[in-house]
Amino acid sequence: MHSKDKDRHRWRKFKSGLVSFGTLAAAVLVIAPLGLVFFHLLVNGAGAVNWDFFTQLPKPVGAPGGGMVNAIVGSLELLALGSAVGIPIGVLGGVYLAEYGSARGNAMLRFIADVLNGVPSITWGVVVYGLVVLRFKGFSAYAGGLALGLIMIPLILRTTEEVILLVPNGYREASLALGIARWKTIVNVVMKTASKGIITGILLALARIGGETAPLLFTAFGNRFWNHDLSQPIAALPLQIFTYAISPYDDWHRQAWAGALVLVMGIFCINVLVRILTRDRAGTST
Amino acid sequence: MINLIMAAPDPIVLETDDRTPESALDSDEVRLTFEVHNLSIWYGDKRAIDSVTLNVPSNAVTSIIGPSGCGKSTFLRSLNRMHELVPGTRVDGSVLLLGENLYAPDVDPAIVRRRVGMVFQKSNPFPTMTIGENVTIGLKLNGVRDRKFLNERLEKSLRMAALWDEVKDDLHKAGTSLSGGQQQRLCIARALAVEPEVILMDEPCSALDPIATAKIEELIHELKKNYTIVIVTHNMQQAGRVSDYTAFFYLGRLIEFGPTSKIFSNPSDKQTEDYITGRFG
Ligand SMILES: Nc1ncnc2c1ncn2[C@@H]1O[C@H](COP(=O)(O)OP(=O)(O)O)[C@@H](O)[C@H]1O
Ligand SMILES: [Mg+2]
Repeated sequence: MHSKDKDRHRWRKFKSGLVSFGTLAAAVLVIAPLGLVFFHLLVNGAGAVNWDFFTQLPKPVGAPGGGMVNAIVGSLELLALGSAVGIPIGVLGGVYLAEYGSARGNAMLRFIADVLNGVPSITWGVVVYGLVVLRFKGFSAYAGGLALGLIMIPLILRTTEEVILLVPNGYREASLALGIARWKTIVNVVMKTASKGIITGILLALARIGGETAPLLFTAFGNRFWNHDLSQPIAALPLQIFTYAISPYDDWHRQAWAGALVLVMGIFCINVLVRILTRDRAGTST
Repeated sequence: MINLIMAAPDPIVLETDDRTPESALDSDEVRLTFEVHNLSIWYGDKRAIDSVTLNVPSNAVTSIIGPSGCGKSTFLRSLNRMHELVPGTRVDGSVLLLGENLYAPDVDPAIVRRRVGMVFQKSNPFPTMTIGENVTIGLKLNGVRDRKFLNERLEKSLRMAALWDEVKDDLHKAGTSLSGGQQQRLCIARALAVEPEVILMDEPCSALDPIATAKIEELIHELKKNYTIVIVTHNMQQAGRVSDYTAFFYLGRLIEFGPTSKIFSNPSDKQTEDYITGRFG
């Protein structure tokens, strides 16, 4: 082998190594923030996550202890209210896009859904404030749930449409060829085949709105006590974290860290569930 | 409960008609399942079937052969109105099923499809359902609730599809867990369960190995005792083995139709002969 060839070989190896290193560095940069966030949350929040945190109402400033049970339950109530709006409309809309409708009308609906998906979430809060809070003269759990539901609709609609379009046409044909009505075919064959994908889309939408703060600011408003009436303001974990984090008190800061940790763990759990569901799907569809 | 059992109408005697190519059929009394008259089908502006007139005899196997793209599937699907699932299709002419026009304005395509079952090229058992559910789904979604009835029909259909002995202990397993040939027989059982009068098959063996193909062919032979069968095949040997009558299509037209033995040994049309001897297609 000529030495010139050897030089070239070395130069090529060097370039290859450089690119490998570059991609590794980029990967680290992507993962690092996630690691940092987790680390920071654990360091600052783990100490305050205890039994009281999940069972007690917030204490006044200066009084030690206390928890965020009202905010945790409030968040769950808001998610339920949001789901009541977002899931049926999102799923049915997605089914409509995939199975019915004209090509042109559908293209328009799809475009609108994509635009709505990009609308900053605070906008939804303002819209609901104008439509509901002002009209009924008060912040309420209903208003907060509606704002969250409106965010869910386009998210769920698009994922539902996508997974329904993935169902092979052969199953629709097989069902229709048995003399089964179109709507029964869609519900019992098409949606059933796509059910894991639909549920995944719903869970991802829940994970997305679970941490939303902005749309709740002028709708659910927050509440330091239990909410006994959904037409009254209600506490939510992200709102509580926000209020505590911008306060000047150290013990409230600790509670805010703890709240953030609990929130992130909750969303993490939803994502793990999604992983399990999607892995299953990949396993059985072959 | 919807009554899925249709009364069999009176036998229909074929009228002599010299303009149609099936004159080989009209010598003696043949019961007819389909009478297709001057049928044309368009996909948008494209005419896929051009003025086809053809009578399909009952309790016999009729095969449809021809080069790919000649309209075999389109013609077959027009016999249970499945082609309508493609938007923009248009039909001219008539198809009588046991004397009733399938294209009359008040006819519900779902009812037509219950009477005229279909088996597809690619086996397609429902992936979310067990073997048992796959067979009974047509009945269940058409309103049948009676468990005993469903179980009886399940066993009967699987027996007719020559699958019962292989799956009777695995009815709760996924339909998709079966082999390719078994899946295709499961699809046949699924079609049989709603008790159709006719079974249409669109290249049902083209994805199967020779042994699985032989089983399906044997099954077709059994089924014709009780059903009228129309089968599309690109395999001429298969047409020769399983069918009593053969129709040769070319460019959307029916070129020749007659008893399989005649079409294969002594075709009257030059194009048929060229296709059968492998000179084109
Ligand atoms: N869904 C469709 N849309 C438009 N044209 C179609 C469609 N299906 C079939 N065709 C056309 O109709 C003709 C007949 O097709 P087909 O019945 O599938 O033929 P074969 O089954 O004999 O291969 C072909 O020219 C094909 O291009
Ligand atoms: Mg075809």
